[in-house]
Parts: sequence; structure tokens; C-alpha cells
Amino acid sequence: MKYVDEFRDQDLAKNLAKSIASEAEPSRTYNVMEFCGGHTHAIFRYGVQDLMPENVNFVHGPGCPVCVLPIPRIDNAIELAERDGAIICSYGDMMRVPASKKRSLLKAKASGADIRMVYSTQDALKIARNNPDREVVFFAIGFETTTPPTAVAIKQAHAQGLTNFSVFCNHVLTPAAIQHILQSPEVREIGTVSIDGFLGPSHVSSIIGSQPYEYFSEEFQKPVVIAGFEPLDVMQSTLMLIRQINEDRHEVENEYKRVVTRQGNQKAQDLVGEVFELRREFEWRGLGQVPYSALRIKQAFSQFDAEQRFEITQGNGKDVKGCECPAILRGAKKPTDCKLFGTVCTPDNPQGSCMVSSEGSCAAYWSYGRFRLDGESKVAAE
Amino acid sequence: MNDIPKRFSVRINMQKEHVDMTHGSGGRAMAQLIEELFVKHFDNDLLRQGNDQAAFDVSAGRMVMSTDGHVVSPLFFPGGDIGSLAVHGTVNDIAMSGAKPLYLSAGFIIEEGFALVELERIVKSMAAASAKAGVPVVTGDTKVVEKGKGDGVFITTTGIGVVPDGVNISGHRATPGDVILVSGYIGDHGVAILSKRENLEFETEIRSDSAALHTLVASMVEAIPDIHCLRDPTRGGIAATLNEISQQSHVGMKLFEKHIPVRPDVAAACELLGLDSLYVANEGKLIAICSQQHANKLLQVMREHPLGQQAAIIGQVTEDAHGFITMETRFGGSRVVDWLAGEQLPRIC
Repeated sequence: MKYVDEFRDQDLAKNLAKSIASEAEPSRTYNVMEFCGGHTHAIFRYGVQDLMPENVNFVHGPGCPVCVLPIPRIDNAIELAERDGAIICSYGDMMRVPASKKRSLLKAKASGADIRMVYSTQDALKIARNNPDREVVFFAIGFETTTPPTAVAIKQAHAQGLTNFSVFCNHVLTPAAIQHILQSPEVREIGTVSIDGFLGPSHVSSIIGSQPYEYFSEEFQKPVVIAGFEPLDVMQSTLMLIRQINEDRHEVENEYKRVVTRQGNQKAQDLVGEVFELRREFEWRGLGQVPYSALRIKQAFSQFDAEQRFEITQGNGKDVKGCECPAILRGAKKPTDCKLFGTVCTPDNPQGSCMVSSEGSCAAYWSYGRFRLDGESKVAAE
Repeated sequence: MNDIPKRFSVRINMQKEHVDMTHGSGGRAMAQLIEELFVKHFDNDLLRQGNDQAAFDVSAGRMVMSTDGHVVSPLFFPGGDIGSLAVHGTVNDIAMSGAKPLYLSAGFIIEEGFALVELERIVKSMAAASAKAGVPVVTGDTKVVEKGKGDGVFITTTGIGVVPDGVNISGHRATPGDVILVSGYIGDHGVAILSKRENLEFETEIRSDSAALHTLVASMVEAIPDIHCLRDPTRGGIAATLNEISQQSHVGMKLFEKHIPVRPDVAAACELLGLDSLYVANEGKLIAICSQQHANKLLQVMREHPLGQQAAIIGQVTEDAHGFITMETRFGGSRVVDWLAGEQLPRIC
């Protein structure tokens, strides 16, 4: 199949595996952080780790859009859904993410809240048009990839004079998060996490381009390779990183040239710039408050901003005790380091966000990789 | 139908009228709906007797019984509808024991306001599926619920069948060394349904594989009476079915992705939606597990049947106390094929 099978070819994979094995120096370890959940998913789904030598490790980053949303924001969405006459539209991935008090959007829906799973912002607009006497709120989440469609929806609602549509904006920014990880004490001071290079986001970079990563590859002296989401992309990009590390280079390279340019998609960037502005800071699950890491709706479109339209409480809902999602999202711990993993926390009964989304590292470990685990106790608890 | 006395002066106008509460009240309106719709289309001696139950003789031997509730949305989809699905679903559940299905019952729960023209279309399709399968609907029930308390129509079918002597098919019988076969392309039904679901409509030629598999099973059982396991991988796809069997039999399994048949357009739709075809529903496919020595013969028999032309050997049963199903990926790595958690949801990024 065009553009699917080509990037999953076993023979090409074997050749790449050979190159990686011969170029990775046995005397050193290569810790490669894949920022995006899409990469994590590909690595596990296709068994990419099997094709790597033992000294090449993938460290899973925080780039799973539902995983990084802090609990108070999910609580807010549930509160919005419980308002009289409200309809909340959410992407499917978000439905099962645990909020505080063991709640979730799915459970709120079961108890009577009108929460609709949508596949695009256009679905949410349609629901608003079809229900003029109801307040329709789109629960907007995601990185730079999902932001332009939200901007389009707000502009359309404006043009169509919709008065019952608003957006609960939770769009976050990738470069700020990567920089924050590199500045975290675990990486900088304690040295418990050593990251030798980054597989840079693919779809995100199609929007923002490769340029935004140039600052921190220089500042933190870490190589970045923008990598596509197909397994061959991941392998090729890993090889490119190994070469940079071997040669002591720290540049931004672009493996995903078929989609990503240095400048990115200017039109999409302009759209986002027209509708959104930077928040001074935003809380990320696992990373805490990260400066200038998220977007809010500009004043000119404030009638579509759910945060201005409704009262949003500043909640203090906390992660389940013992849940290591925060450390896992920073790459400081592995899913298997968490006491809850595979005991009380499984994809059927997720305690933390990383176990919910197929892009979360805990879910990927559990669903695709747990036959590799050493500890018998983990699997016996099944 | 001439022997039924004309009890109702004006016939129901199926084209224009809607189901109302009187159609489920037990009065004359209900009797008329049963006569002019259900008995008319399902027409057979047992149903025409008009009793609250069907009475029939059966041969001695092992009988099987199975029931299945159908709540599909949308009600009509490419390649079928809730009516044909309700027949195929139960016929297949019976057939997966190796049995010959004999009779069906059908219970309808209809929402007030449902258009009779749609109900008739469903009943006709159900009658056609039952006639084609040779398994008559011999008894039934109709209930009407208030508007807003149903979703158009729900249909529950129950079936009974008789197992031929010497056949002992069960999910407990998978043994390390056994071979796993699938009868054809996976994922067609789930993708066909998704393509018509509100908010997600996309252009595709994919049709549901909804079909009654009992004739395929009959030829398989005739050739290899000692098939260990048979199951139709409906909701949850082949991943759920294989996990069920591995738990029942306390074994592991190893699959080979490159041998699992998937239509290119189903693979493309799954790719687009971020779904995994292993978890997508089928309504006209079966998984068979048999000993290594019988595998090639069984594969040949399956391929000779119109419903098994794309049959393939996709893996083998292994010894594994954890009951893990692993798969060698097309890419050359390996992964676990786990149960589906919750619903399979499209990915965001």
C-alpha cells in the first residue's frame, strides 16, 4: 500500500538494524528520548526495540496529549459538563482519563452529563448549530498539531455568529516542554536521567517547522532528529542520532523531510497567531508549572473562551497516591518502576493518564511489551 | 397465507405508519402487526400455529443453545443490516460448536415512533437471511418502549442446534503445538459500520462480511471431526477471541502478522483512524484451532468453500503459563496482542 507498507519494510529494517549495530560503539550507552507518544506507540507496536543493540535505549517523553493534562483541568471539564443544558465535545482519547475522586468524562457521561465524543472540531460546530438552545463547549487539547483546527473552528463560529459555542482551551507547546525537561534537576544536576539526544516530533513539526528546536540543541548541546511516526523513520532517525553522538555534534536534523520543512506551515502558524496567545505559565502533569508553554484564546475572540464565559474553579485535584505518571512523563522513571503498574493500574482500570492513551508509555508497556518483563509478580497479578 | 382468516378490516400501511404503544400492548393492534409483518415474512408452519411457543421433535444427541442481543448503530450498513446480522450472529454462535443450527427465536424491542417501513425492511432482510441459511424463526416476541427509551430497534435472537456425533469443539481444547487458522479477511464489518457512523462518514467500498458460517463449519467438521476450537471473532476482533481461548485453555499463542489477511482498503481505513485491525469486529469469519497434522487438510477444505477462500494459517499455540499472545510483526519485531481495553478510540496526534 502506498505510503504505509513502504515505511514498514522488513528488509530495510534489517539493513538499518545492521548499520545501527555496527555504528553504535559498544563502550557507550545511547539514551534517546522520543518526545512524542506517536513514536512510543510505533516503537512498541512494531517491536522496534527488538531490532536495537542492548546499549541503545528509548526513553519515553511527555508527548502524549492526554497524559500531560493535569487533573484540575479534567475536573474543570467535568464541571462544565455538569452545568444545566451544557454539551461537552471531547476527543475520544480523553474520555477515560482519570480525574480526581475516581471520576472521568466517561463516568460523568454515564451519570447523565451530555458528553459527546467527536472526531474533529467541525463535529463540535455542527452540534452547536443543531442545538441552539444548549451551551456547547469543545474540550480542546493537544500539541501544535491540533491547534490550527481549533483556531479554524473559532473563526468559523465567529463568522457564523454562533452564540452558544465556546472552547475550553488546553493547547500546549512542544519546545517549551522539551526545554523544561532539559532544565529539570534530574537531568541537569542529579544526573539520574541521561538523555543523549531527541527524536523530535513529526506531526507537530509539520506545523512549527524544525527551526524552533535549534535553540535548545545549541543551548543544551543535545542532538535532535525530527522523525516520522513510521517504524523505519524511527530507526533511520535513531541511526542519525547515533552518528551525531559519535561525532560529538548537536544539530537539528530532519529525517521527516517528506513532510517537515525548516519554517513549517506558515498559514497554520498565522491562523494560530490570530486566535491564540501565550499563557504566562501552564501546569503540565509531571512537569508542574511550565512558563510560556500553552495557549489561550485572544481577547478579540473572548466570547468563544469557555474560561471567560463560565466560572472555572482553580481545583487542586491530585494524582492517585503512588502513581508515578509525573516521573514517567519526565523520563525519570520507567512504567515498571511504578508500584501500581500491572497491579492496581492496568488499561482496564487506569489510575494514571499514562495507562489510558495508546500513546501513554504505561499503556504501551502493558499492551505491547509486558512479555519482556523480568518480574514474575507483575504478570501474576493479572 | 390464505388459510388465515381476515380478522382486520384495514391493513396496516407499512409505508406511512409508525410503531406506537398499542403495537406492544397485547391487544388487536399487536396481533395485527404480528400477522401482517412477522408471520407474513418469517412464514413457516410452526410460527403459523400462533402459539406462545414452538413445539418440535429433535433427534437424540448433544444439543446447543445460544442467544445474542443486537443493538447495532446504524441499523443499515453496507453489506447488511440489524436483521440479517441478528440471524447470522446466532446461527454462527451455534455453528461454532460444530452443530447444525435448527431453529431460531426472535425478540424485538421497538422504540415508539419507529417507521414501519424500516421495520418491514429489517424483518424482510431477516427473513431472507433465515431462508438462505435454512434456519427458520419459529417463535418470537414484540415489545414497544416509549420514545427515547430505545434506539430504533433492538433484536435478540436465540437458536438451538444439534452437534454431530464425535465432534467435541470447545475453547478449552487448544493445545501447545496446535495451529491457528482464520477463514478470511479480518476487520471488514467494523470498518463498514464505522464508515457510516454519524460524524465519521467516509467514502469506501468496504462492505460488512456478515454471513452465516454453518455450511463452512459443516464441511470443516466433516473433513476434520477433531477440530479443537472454533469461534467467530466478532466484537473485539481476532485479538479478543484468541485471548479468550488462550485463557480458557491456559496456553499462549504466537501469531505472524504477515500471514493475517487484511484487505488493503480496510488496512487503509484503520491506518487513517488509528485503529488496529486485530481489534476490529467481524461478522462472517471464524478462527479455527486444530492439531498440526490436520492443519493443511483443514485449510484446503476451508479454501474450497465460498466463505473461506482467503483462509490462512496465522499462528500456533504455545506453552505459556501467562496466556500471552505474541505476534511477530511485519516489521520483524515482536509485541503482545492484548485484550482490548475499553473501546478502540481514534488517536489524536
